[in-house]
Amino acid sequence: MSLVYAGVCSHAPGITGRADMIEDTAQRDRLYAAFEAQRKDIEASGAQALIVVAAEHFANFFMNNMPAFCIGVGDTHEGPIEDPDWLKIPKTTIPGHKDLATRITSHVMQSVDVAYAEEWKCDHGIMVPLHFLTPKFQLPVIPVNINCQGPPLTPLPRAWAFGKALRAACDAMPEKVALVGTGGISHWPATPDSGKINEAWDREFLDRLSRQDQAALLSYTDEQTYAEAGQGGFEIRTLITAAAAAGGRGSIDFYEPIPLFAVGCTIGKFALS
Amino acid sequence: MSLYQVQKFLYHLNRDDKVKAAYHSDLVTLLADYELTQEEQHALTEGDVGKLYVIGVNGQILMHFAALLGIEWFDYLERMREGVRQHGPVRDGVYAMTGGGASFTSSSNNNSKPTGAHQ
Repeated sequence: MSLVYAGVCSHAPGITGRADMIEDTAQRDRLYAAFEAQRKDIEASGAQALIVVAAEHFANFFMNNMPAFCIGVGDTHEGPIEDPDWLKIPKTTIPGHKDLATRITSHVMQSVDVAYAEEWKCDHGIMVPLHFLTPKFQLPVIPVNINCQGPPLTPLPRAWAFGKALRAACDAMPEKVALVGTGGISHWPATPDSGKINEAWDREFLDRLSRQDQAALLSYTDEQTYAEAGQGGFEIRTLITAAAAAGGRGSIDFYEPIPLFAVGCTIGKFALS
Repeated sequence: MSLYQVQKFLYHLNRDDKVKAAYHSDLVTLLADYELTQEEQHALTEGDVGKLYVIGVNGQILMHFAALLGIEWFDYLERMREGVRQHGPVRDGVYAMTGGGASFTSSSNNNSKPTGAHQ
């Protein structure tokens, strides 16, 4: 049928893994409520599968063969790769949608050189969103990764083009498909600076994202992003892809810097146009 | 190339339960498959997260290794700071320490203005 939902969310492992350490439990609960609202929106859309556009964190690929984009086309996926007690998400088998994922991949290939993988392991970058958005792991998931870690990184204009290609592919399918882009905005994860958040930078980025300001979104250089938003800021690629797929204006339903979770936690959705 | 080998070992370790089992039972044999310097081999054998951080191991790889070793989150952050104090700045990669060793969060004060935050 078409793309029926497009949104963005955070995926930081602290959101689940360090949830019990937070003093301001009301803040955590507001974030969790925003995730739950997003889950309900996806459910209400009638989506038959969920595409999660995430950042490769070396759960599947290494620098011996790093794709700019990859789509998971397996019948099932495994996750998390991390210690389940650390992430506070048990290991599970996640249903995929081999047939739909393969058809989407074939369509995307008409305009973007995308890799595909019939084996897929999920780390926190996908498991944390799924923990909230399909907590019983009943919705078939099509994982998608963008290289945001191993330079040279996927160029931002290609991330935009990839979003457009995903949208065209979804619209050519008979199934209803939801898509969520998940990445940090400014953050310095897994460094001693974990918890550092550039809120002004985040809000400017989210404004550009919400306005669908393609030129402004694609004007960030990796050097600027690294200096002002940290290496975690490279994950804006996933959010840009989601915006391009949606086409319509965005609304940010939740944004609050939560240092313990190491990121400005974000939940948002787009109009589809 | 050597950092590449360290990270490739950790990549395999992080995502493969069989490699995790071998890590605990026969690490010497496991590491023999990788071209490592003595410093790198020692850091991996000792689980020296601070040294591995300084060597330049990507944080997304190192974080999972620290979790595998059962290192608590704030201890993990402190071990990286201590690594920089002992061995100097991060030598490679994109996970350099940029905050001068300041803490931007803590378990008891996670929601207040963090020391050294640039906002």
